Amino acid sequence: MFWHKAYAGTISLPQAATNAVRIDALHDFLWWMSVFFLALITFATLYFAWKYHRSKKGRETAYILGSHTLEAIWTIIPLILMLVIFAWGYRDYLWLRTEPQNPVEINVIGRQWLWNFEYPNGRKTMNEVYVPKGKAVKMIMTSEDVLHSFYVPNFRLKQDVVPGMYTYIAFEATLTGEHPVYCAEYCGTSHSDMLAKLFVLEPKDYDEWLETGKLSAAAKNYIGAAAKGKPDQPKGSAAPTQSLADRGKELFNSKGCFACHTADGTPKVGPTLKGVFGKTEELADGSTVKIDENYIRESLMEPQKRITKGFPPSMPPFKGLLSDEEVNALIAYIKSLK
Amino acid sequence: MSHHTSGHGGHAFAHHFESAEQEFETSKFGMWLFLVTEIMLFGGLFVAYIIFRGMYPEMFVEAHHHLDKVMGGVNTLVLICSSLTMALAIGMVQRNNNKKASMYLVATLLFAAMFLVIKYFEYSHKFHDGLLPGAHFDAAKNGIQHPKADLFFSIYFLMTGLHGVHVLIGMGLIGWMLKRTMSNEFSSQYFFPVELVGLYWHLVDLIWIYLFPLLYLIG
Amino acid sequence: MATTHEAAHGNHANYLNESKGIWSWMVTLDHKRIGVMYLWTTMIFFTIAGFLALALRLEHWGPTQNIMGADTYNKVFTLHGAIMVFMFIIPSIPAALGNFLLPLMLGTKDVAFPRLNLASYYVFLVGAAMTVGAILFGNSVDTGWTFYTPYSIKSGSSVVLVVMGVFVMGFSSIFTGLNFIATIHKLRAPGMTFHRMPLFIWATYATSILQVLATPVIGITMFLLMMERVLHVGIFDPKLGGDPVLFQHFFWFYSHPAVYIMILPGMGIVSEIIATFSRKPIFGYRAIAYSSLAIAGISFLVWGHHMFTSGQSDFSNFLFSLLTVLVAVPTAIKIFNWTATLYKGSIKLDVPMLYALSFIFLFTIGGLTGLFLAALSVDVHLHDTYFVVAHFHYVMMGGTVIALLGGLHYWWPKMFGRMYPESIGRVGWACVFFGFNLLFLPQFWMGSHGMPRRYYNYPAEFTLSHQISTVGSWLVALGFLIHFASLLWASKYGKKASENPWGAKTLEWTVESPPTLHNFHTMPTVNSFPYEYKPEKV
Repeated sequence: MFWHKAYAGTISLPQAATNAVRIDALHDFLWWMSVFFLALITFATLYFAWKYHRSKKGRETAYILGSHTLEAIWTIIPLILMLVIFAWGYRDYLWLRTEPQNPVEINVIGRQWLWNFEYPNGRKTMNEVYVPKGKAVKMIMTSEDVLHSFYVPNFRLKQDVVPGMYTYIAFEATLTGEHPVYCAEYCGTSHSDMLAKLFVLEPKDYDEWLETGKLSAAAKNYIGAAAKGKPDQPKGSAAPTQSLADRGKELFNSKGCFACHTADGTPKVGPTLKGVFGKTEELADGSTVKIDENYIRESLMEPQKRITKGFPPSMPPFKGLLSDEEVNALIAYIKSLK
Repeated sequence: MSHHTSGHGGHAFAHHFESAEQEFETSKFGMWLFLVTEIMLFGGLFVAYIIFRGMYPEMFVEAHHHLDKVMGGVNTLVLICSSLTMALAIGMVQRNNNKKASMYLVATLLFAAMFLVIKYFEYSHKFHDGLLPGAHFDAAKNGIQHPKADLFFSIYFLMTGLHGVHVLIGMGLIGWMLKRTMSNEFSSQYFFPVELVGLYWHLVDLIWIYLFPLLYLIG
Repeated sequence: MATTHEAAHGNHANYLNESKGIWSWMVTLDHKRIGVMYLWTTMIFFTIAGFLALALRLEHWGPTQNIMGADTYNKVFTLHGAIMVFMFIIPSIPAALGNFLLPLMLGTKDVAFPRLNLASYYVFLVGAAMTVGAILFGNSVDTGWTFYTPYSIKSGSSVVLVVMGVFVMGFSSIFTGLNFIATIHKLRAPGMTFHRMPLFIWATYATSILQVLATPVIGITMFLLMMERVLHVGIFDPKLGGDPVLFQHFFWFYSHPAVYIMILPGMGIVSEIIATFSRKPIFGYRAIAYSSLAIAGISFLVWGHHMFTSGQSDFSNFLFSLLTVLVAVPTAIKIFNWTATLYKGSIKLDVPMLYALSFIFLFTIGGLTGLFLAALSVDVHLHDTYFVVAHFHYVMMGGTVIALLGGLHYWWPKMFGRMYPESIGRVGWACVFFGFNLLFLPQFWMGSHGMPRRYYNYPAEFTLSHQISTVGSWLVALGFLIHFASLLWASKYGKKASENPWGAKTLEWTVESPPTLHNFHTMPTVNSFPYEYKPEKV
């Protein structure tokens, strides 16, 4: 917005993602509205307390029971303001929650008390995550133990990370550099040490890092890593041996999924997996489901829960037999079967 | 708190009431409020039931076959009979017939005990078959296929268990009323304690009447 | 407003001295004594939880370890929250002041069920003892007062005992609420129609409804959590197929209405004080009365606003955000009506009034910052940060505790028959008011700049704000110390209070200070509105 150039906003954190600007706009609207109403109420109370103090003699108190007109005014004006605030907040929230087309996907697993990240090509990092600037990024998150929450203040983004299900955040970073990540949902002893660093790189630097695990000199410069002597490979990193989808394919074979499912579009005992991701399927009970990460995870863990129409409920559950990482790999594989 | 002896029929009422009638009205109102809190308490479990049944409808169908419909049905009848004898007991107290009232209260107690005995047999059967809540569930002993069937038995035991505790409390209250009836404390002028216990007992019965079809007669 | 007996002056028998000895207190069925027992008990818990808060603030003097380790810190903030919420705020105004005042204001001798009233006090003590026992003899508790699953299932601390304590204390709250509703419906003085009830009674009525309807749900939730830990039933445990987010729904279904159990009685107190110290009828009596009920009603439908980032569906977020902003409307009406009451009044700024006006200021901040959290997109940023911490302290402490302090000074002459020292009271007020703002204003700034709550270590850039906040906590503590000392001193040595030292119009001011055992010598008849302040020359 035009006034944003001149007006710095009340939050002095960097606005490092596209949605930060939107959230700050509503935040500041609320801020100034609050200042106005607080000033109004405070002024009125102080003025009345002074003007009608008992020490001010020679007058008579008034007998006023109320005024429907005034009450109507201070019912309707707040009501309108409230609806505006609600609608504004909801509009931006929906925008925030809209899944981008072809995002860069990064799998996140929260554990007491660290963050593990895995990239599409199978590269892994711990407590450091790299994303490209100016591209849609989607973080698909789950927890291995208790609730956590992935919070990037510079992006104004936060999402709880819940065991047994996937939650996600999507964003487009606009500012290269290092941004802190906090765990925002209390998770025990070292909750306040469950920190990570999010590095926003120029797309070509990101691609290079993703391939080689090395940061270009330019990248080191703008993320401030050179000054801090940051190693290219953070602790807990693993170079990719195979892409996530390839590992999924391997699991697809080694776990015997091929006995009932094909990757080429022909149905077998179970439905084919080709091109199903993102589709809406009809279920045995007549309802429909959008095939997303959560549905695939559920179908692996509790296959009987929602059966695709026209297929027998004969798949065994894989609960306890697949780790969170393996589920992520299988999902990546299914996504790759376009 | 001192009791006056005044007002209608010589019954004593607490000093802060204007009349025995006001005391009766207030107590009854309080009892109804208490019953509302009871409904909210069980309401939480009913909500959990609805949520998990919505999530796993076919599991509920499979698991419920392991409940004994006959025992559950007999128990429903037993509780309905106990409600009837409770109502009759109140009627008798109102007609100054404390002897018959005591008889009906004894009958109510017997029905309640019968309910618990049947429940005991049901529970021991479940224990034997490993049909237990959560982590104690043992599919090897009962052959249930669905991996989430333990949740059904968690809900089953929580709901029927909490209900069972209410039956026990009810028996205590009815026993107390029996003692007071036998010592001729009540009359057509003063009977509201029995009526209040009756209200409570009907609620305990009513909750079971919901539990029975929801747990035993699915699908 | 009423015709009553003209009290005899001098050393009359009153509820405090009509029988002696600790036993006479322990078995008393008198609502006033039970109220006073609740008052001392909740004040003890307030002091304990207050010291825990001071320890937390001191720990945050620097960004890493100062006076305690991480596990201790986690236990201390959990206990601070749990004791404050379940053992102080929820019982404080309703059970202490409410018990004392309800029959006096309604013109009756006692609450509907005096035995149940005493029982609820002991039930409260038993529940509190369990929680205290878990701290003294168990492994304390480190889950946060919200007991979120699955952490509360896995935690090695004495969760079961504490949760059982909360479960038991819930029954105390239910019994109190039930007793008050029955009293209000069935025991009002002749002529005391609903629309002649003082606003404190209206607020207590709305509170009681919430206590009766919502508390059983926390009961069953705590019961399920106990079963989860003892029997591993799996309802909330994702490892056993349960749903951890379901716990949050259950928890907040109670705990959001509970927020209004905490604040509504405070609003009632403020309504009384403002009318009395302005010598004017309260502006828009019905609007204030009904807005209490409206707030109570809506409060049942907004629990999901604690869970915007929990992973619940976008549709739930839509609904809960919409309903949440609507709560602001009846709240705004109250604020404006209180302010309008001051207009053309005869205002005296004694300690109760200073607190009532502070309440308007602080609660307005609390309410307005609530809007930031109700707006979905902004909450994504602010949720679980210090912004939330500051917001609810402005509501709970800036609202309820401030109103309670005002109420205690206002009714102290009635409760103990003696006046508190005015100038010392004002010094205490200044410490509390300015200290409070120093304590919590910086926390809004920290929150909007990303400082997460429940953080033992924190990023160094927040050091200065934390230090300002800590200094504020000392000032608040000093203020409380002054108030407690002056009130305690006054209850024994203060100037004797007349029946009606403030010239108020509600029924409790028509009886002696302190009242006799049965309150009224002749039962009062009410024939007017409770704030009938006719125009008078100043």
